[in-house]
Amino acid sequence: MGHLMQSPVLEPTSQDRTMILNMGPQHPSTHGVLRLLLEIDGENIVRMMPDIGYLHTGIEKTYEAKFYQQCVPLADRMDYLAPFTNELGFVLGVEKLLGLEIPKRAQWIRVLLNELTRLNSHLVWLGTHAMDIGALTVFLYCFRERADLLRLFEAIGGQRMFTSYFRVGGVAMEPPLGWFDRVKKFVNAFDAKVDEYENLLTGNPIWQRRIKGVGVLTKEDAIALGASGPTLRASGVDVDLRRDAPYSGYENFKFNVPVGTDGDVWTRYVLRVQELRESNKICKQALEGMPEQGPIKADAPKVVLPEREKMKTQMESLIYHFKIITEGFTVPAGEVYQAVESPRGELGFYIVSDGTPKPYRVHVRAPSFANLQTLPKMCEGLLIADVVAAIGSIDIVLGDVDR
Amino acid sequence: MSLEPAITDLEQLKDRPVLARLLAWNSEAVESAKFDRGELTIWIKPAFIRDACALLREEQDELRFDYLSDLTCVDWYPNEPRFEVVYHLFSLTNKNHLRLKVKLEGGDPRVESVTAEFPNANYYEREVFDLFGIHFEGHPYLRRIMMPENWEGHPLRKDYPVEGYR
Repeated sequence: MGHLMQSPVLEPTSQDRTMILNMGPQHPSTHGVLRLLLEIDGENIVRMMPDIGYLHTGIEKTYEAKFYQQCVPLADRMDYLAPFTNELGFVLGVEKLLGLEIPKRAQWIRVLLNELTRLNSHLVWLGTHAMDIGALTVFLYCFRERADLLRLFEAIGGQRMFTSYFRVGGVAMEPPLGWFDRVKKFVNAFDAKVDEYENLLTGNPIWQRRIKGVGVLTKEDAIALGASGPTLRASGVDVDLRRDAPYSGYENFKFNVPVGTDGDVWTRYVLRVQELRESNKICKQALEGMPEQGPIKADAPKVVLPEREKMKTQMESLIYHFKIITEGFTVPAGEVYQAVESPRGELGFYIVSDGTPKPYRVHVRAPSFANLQTLPKMCEGLLIADVVAAIGSIDIVLGDVDR
Repeated sequence: MSLEPAITDLEQLKDRPVLARLLAWNSEAVESAKFDRGELTIWIKPAFIRDACALLREEQDELRFDYLSDLTCVDWYPNEPRFEVVYHLFSLTNKNHLRLKVKLEGGDPRVESVTAEFPNANYYEREVFDLFGIHFEGHPYLRRIMMPENWEGHPLRKDYPVEGYR
């Protein structure tokens, strides 16, 4: 109650024509707890102000009290639709601080999971976005494939959503027997599934009329307001960190970066559907190029936990195991900014180390937080019903916005 | 891959294009610089940060940094100058990052807002104001963004209590 009464107030610009309408935070189309203050003239939006912070859990503060390895599960919980991407950003940052080299097989597994996560995230986006606009069926189709993906994640990490599978220095353990075959089966069938979604939506005249030319963001505005990911590319800016600043071996993969020109909700829809196909292509390449054998953890006994068997039979390993578990590992002082391309855009981890086993400061450049700033510009002059389409099109996750 | 020692000597780094440009523009404005783990950091004097951002945004080719990726802050309590505001600029032409930093004293930390140069600094600066208590002069709407409006204190400061009752 106190929060609501103290929250920002939007004063109407014109006394006789406009009124203030409150939308959210419990509105189903706001994808979480996003509160929007709308100044409306009839049905038209004059101004909009998002009010956020309802999900703020102080994750950045919590990082400062955890060992580096304990931070990985926290990274999962920010953007709960793209857990592997969050983990990857964090562990890459710490590895850069440590100067660790990661074996190829671990990198390939990471890329594979990262792209599967992108599929997962885009499927949830597509399903809910279409449902917001009124196409209920798509949701069921998308969640059918998403359930398959979650089963794959569960098999590899033990949990459906918060997998915490990546480790500083590699990945937790070898994927279970037959896991790659299951992925292969899924990936091979997936392109046809994308066709199914497109059959339901792309040619559908209602769908087209609801989102074509709606929520336009010009190139200049997109850059000035700090959009990233598909929201930026839809406005005609050709940036994809996987290609432009490769990490974790992405330079070895061939894929296209779809770029649009119109910057409306429709373009963002088209781009993300193309990204589904491109990500699937990367998954196939990762499966083909995956080294059959080889280590999945870096050779750094002071950082990476020893194998279970060695820990039980060798004194050295037992000591390292005990020390890493009880004291954590120290990271040389310094700072890095590691940016990765999350399904929503540029996810940056700014990690400052002071040489102790706990990070001195971790800041997350959350793509949803950045993209949310573009929403008021997008919605100027739109109808209230179009606001719902615009929110869906920037694909925000409120856990990521508020952290 | 082993770690190379960081280069912190301004003399050794002054040939880097961005730093050379900033020094040529105003050698007073650059405090120091560091090259560590492949990332260049430049400390700018607080009075010049907005102008430095404006300069880099309008430059051409390899000097152009036209996108503000991120803006945040680090609290070095109890050391002084206590705060470091960190600006991560990105170049959409060259696809690389640059880090600018500003050191601020702890008493009444103030720095000029860069919202005029990068409108997306709006939310970031509000977040830093909310969680660190740094005032950005000239910000159009400097209010709390994460915490409730009636919250006391700034949670990400290092001297903020993390245990006990309020």
